[in-house]
Amino acid sequence: MTTLVYLVPAALFLGALGLSGFLWALSSGQYEDLHGAAERILIDWDDKLER
Amino acid sequence: MALEVAASALPSSDEIKLATRSLGGHGYQTDLSVPAVHCGGCIQAIEAALAKLENVESARVNLSTKRVSVRWHGDQVPPLFATLGRLGYKAHLFDPEIHEKDKTLSELIRAVAVAGFAAGNIMLLSVSVWSGAEGATRDLFHWISALIAIPALAFAGGIYFRSAANALRHGRMNMDVPIAVGVSLAYAMSLYETINQGEHAYFDASVSLLFFLLIGRTLDHVMREQARTAVNGLSRLAARGAVVLRDDGIREYVPVAELAPGMRLLISAGERIPVDGDIASGNSDLDCSIVSGESAPKAVGAGAHVQAGTLNLTGPLTMRATAAAKDSFLAEMVRLMEAAEGGRSRYRRIADRVSSLYAPVVHLAAFVTFLGWMVASGDWHRAMTIAIAVLIITCPCALGLAVPIVQVVAARRLFEAGVMVKDGSAMERLAAIDTAVFDKTGTLTLGRPKLVNASAIDPAMLAIAADIAAHSRHPFSKAIAAHGGSADQPKLLSVREEPGFGIEALAGDDVWRLGRRGWAGWKARTGSEGKPGGYGGTVLSRNGSIVACFAFEDAARSDAKAAIQQLKGAGVSIDMLSGDTERACSEVADALEIDNFVPALLPSGKVEWIEALTRADHKVLMVGDGLNDTPALRAAHVSIAPATAADIGRKAADFVFLRESLLAVPLAMEVSRRAGGLIRQNIAIAIVYNAFAVPIAILGHVTPLIAAIAMSASSLLVIGNALRLQGFATTTTAPSATGAGS
Repeated sequence: MTTLVYLVPAALFLGALGLSGFLWALSSGQYEDLHGAAERILIDWDDKLER
Repeated sequence: MALEVAASALPSSDEIKLATRSLGGHGYQTDLSVPAVHCGGCIQAIEAALAKLENVESARVNLSTKRVSVRWHGDQVPPLFATLGRLGYKAHLFDPEIHEKDKTLSELIRAVAVAGFAAGNIMLLSVSVWSGAEGATRDLFHWISALIAIPALAFAGGIYFRSAANALRHGRMNMDVPIAVGVSLAYAMSLYETINQGEHAYFDASVSLLFFLLIGRTLDHVMREQARTAVNGLSRLAARGAVVLRDDGIREYVPVAELAPGMRLLISAGERIPVDGDIASGNSDLDCSIVSGESAPKAVGAGAHVQAGTLNLTGPLTMRATAAAKDSFLAEMVRLMEAAEGGRSRYRRIADRVSSLYAPVVHLAAFVTFLGWMVASGDWHRAMTIAIAVLIITCPCALGLAVPIVQVVAARRLFEAGVMVKDGSAMERLAAIDTAVFDKTGTLTLGRPKLVNASAIDPAMLAIAADIAAHSRHPFSKAIAAHGGSADQPKLLSVREEPGFGIEALAGDDVWRLGRRGWAGWKARTGSEGKPGGYGGTVLSRNGSIVACFAFEDAARSDAKAAIQQLKGAGVSIDMLSGDTERACSEVADALEIDNFVPALLPSGKVEWIEALTRADHKVLMVGDGLNDTPALRAAHVSIAPATAADIGRKAADFVFLRESLLAVPLAMEVSRRAGGLIRQNIAIAIVYNAFAVPIAILGHVTPLIAAIAMSASSLLVIGNALRLQGFATTTTAPSATGAGS
C-alpha cells in the first residue's frame, strides 16, 4: 500500500508529461505536413540557405 | 488537369495581389496550390528557386495539402508563377478565406488524446481491481479513476453532450443522445458506488467508450477534410477581377465585386468574361461550354452580348458591362441553385434513422429492468445498478462506429482512385440511385474538339495546317496542331491571327489561311459550300483556293461508353440533358448508346426535368460540370462533378473526380453500394451483439470486467468487417492511373 502512494502519482505524472508533449506538438504545427516532414530529412540544403 | 488550365493565361500580378494576405507592414503572404508536388525533390527545387527571388523572405511547401506559402515584401509581386512554370509546376491561386485553420480537427485530436490518456490510466487501475485489489486499495483506485475521468468527460465528452443537446432541442434523435445519456449515467452511478465503498465502478467503460467513438469521429472528419482540401486546391475558373479602362484613359485592376454597369473592361485572350456585357470593339471567339453547354466556340464582334463566365479565346476585347457581378449570369445560377435545394435536405442518415428506433428501445429496456428488479427485490440500489449496467452494455459503441468506419474505408478507396467524397451521407444517397442524368459538354465529352477526318487529308497539307495552327489557342487549332508531323514543309515567314476568322501565314510567295471557309477560301465562293463538315466549315487555303477541309467532333471523355454500359448493367437508367443543339446531342447519344436525351435546355429546364423524375419517385444522380448544370446538381438526390467543372459546380456537387476517365462514376456507385451493404451488416452485428448481451445484463450478471470485454470485442468486430472493403477487388476496372496533377 505504501509503495502505491508514490508509484501511482509517478505513473500519472509521466503519462501527463506524454500527453502535454503531444498537445504541445499539435499546437506548434508539427502535425500539419506529415508527408513533407518525412521527405525533408532526406534533403541536403546548401549552407547558404538556413532552414 | 491539363484540360482547362492550358487555355487560360497566368494570373496577372494584380490578381495575385487580390489573393494575398497582408502580414502587417510591407510583408505579404501568398498561398499557391501546386497539385504536381509529390516528393522531397519537389520540395527542395521549389523552395530553393522561390527563396532566390528578390523580395521573397521564405517559401514553404506543404506536401500533404500540396500548397506553397510564400512570404514576401515590397511593392512588386515576385514572379512566382513564371518561376514555378520554369521548374515544370503548374500553380494556381486560391482564395484567402479558405485559409482559416481547421478548428474542429484540432479540437477532435485533442479530445482523442485526452480520452486516450484517461482511458489508458483508468484501464490500468481497473485491471488491478479486477485482479483482486480489495478494501482500501480498491477504493483508492476508484477515487483516482473518478478524478481522471472528470476532465476526460468534460473535455472529450463535451463534443457529444453538445451535439445531443442540440438534437434534442430541435426535437430530433441522433446517435449522440444514447451515448451522452449512457456515459453520464455510468459516471454518476460509479461515483455513487465509490462514495459508498461499493464493489463495481464503470469509470473505464464510460471513458474508453468515448475514446473509441472519438477515434471513429476523427477519422470521419479527416476523410472529409482531405476531400475538401483537394477540391479547394483546384484552379479557380471564375475571374477574380478585370482591367477597367477609365474615361481618362487610365487602366485599373478592379475586383469583380466592384465592377459596375457602364464600365469599360479590357479582356485579353485567355481571360474569362467577369460580368455580363456588350462588346464595344474587337473580334474574338468565345468558349461558352462551361456556361451554356454549347460545344462549338462562338465568333463574336462589336455589339454582341456576352455572358459572365465565358472564356475569351483568340483576340483582345473591349466590353461595356451591362450588369454588376451580383446581377450577372453566375449570380442567377446561384439563386436558382438555392431555390432548388431539394432531396438532400430531407435525407436522414442511416445512423440517425437507426438511433431514432434504437435509443427509445434501449432506454425503455433499462427502465423496465429497473421496475422489474424493484418489484422482485425491493432493493432500489440494486435495481438502479442493474438498470445502468443495461444502459452501459447497450451503449452503442459498435453502432456508433458501424457507419463512420465503413464510410472512412470507402472514402479512402475512392480517394486513391481520384474521387473526392464531400461527406458520408453522399455515399448513402449514391447507393440508392436508380436514374443517372448526364450533362453532355464537358461531362460525357471533354468540351474539346477532335479532328475526325485526319486520314482523309493529304499528309503534307495536314502538316502545314498543324504548323500554322500551333500559333493559336482556338480549340480547333489545338485539335489540328495535335496532328503535327515531321514532314518537310515550307517555312512559315509570318503568322498573324485574325480573331474570329482564322490564321494567316506567309511562306515563300504563298499566302496560307487556316480558318472559316468564307474568309480563307475567298476565291472559291461556289461549289463545296454545303458539304458536311462537323460543325462549321474549317478549311486550309493556299492563295485563296481551298486545299483541305477539316471536320471536328467533340471528343468523348475516355471510357464514357464503358461507364454508361456499367451503369446500365447496374440497373440505372441513363438520361442526357444538354444546352447544346439537337444535332450535336444526337451524335454523342448515338456514339455512347444513350436512349434518352433532351437538347437545348435552359438551366431551369434541367432542374424541372430532375424535379419531375423525383416526383415520379426516382432517386436521381446528376453528373455535370457547367455553370448551367449547377442548379441541377443541387436539385438531384446526389451529384458528381469533374475537376474541370465551374467553381460553384464543384462546391455544389457531393463527389468530385479528378481524373479524366468517366469510369469514376460507376466506381463511386459500386463502392457506395458495397459500403451500404457493409453498413447494414455492421448494424446487424451490433444488434445481434445486443440480443446476447442485453438478457445477461437484465439478469444482473454484468460486471465492469464483462462490460469492458464485450464492448471492445464488438467494436473490433465491426472495424474488422469494415476493413473488408479495403481489399475488395472491383469488377469495374479502376480508372486509368494517369496522375491528376500532370
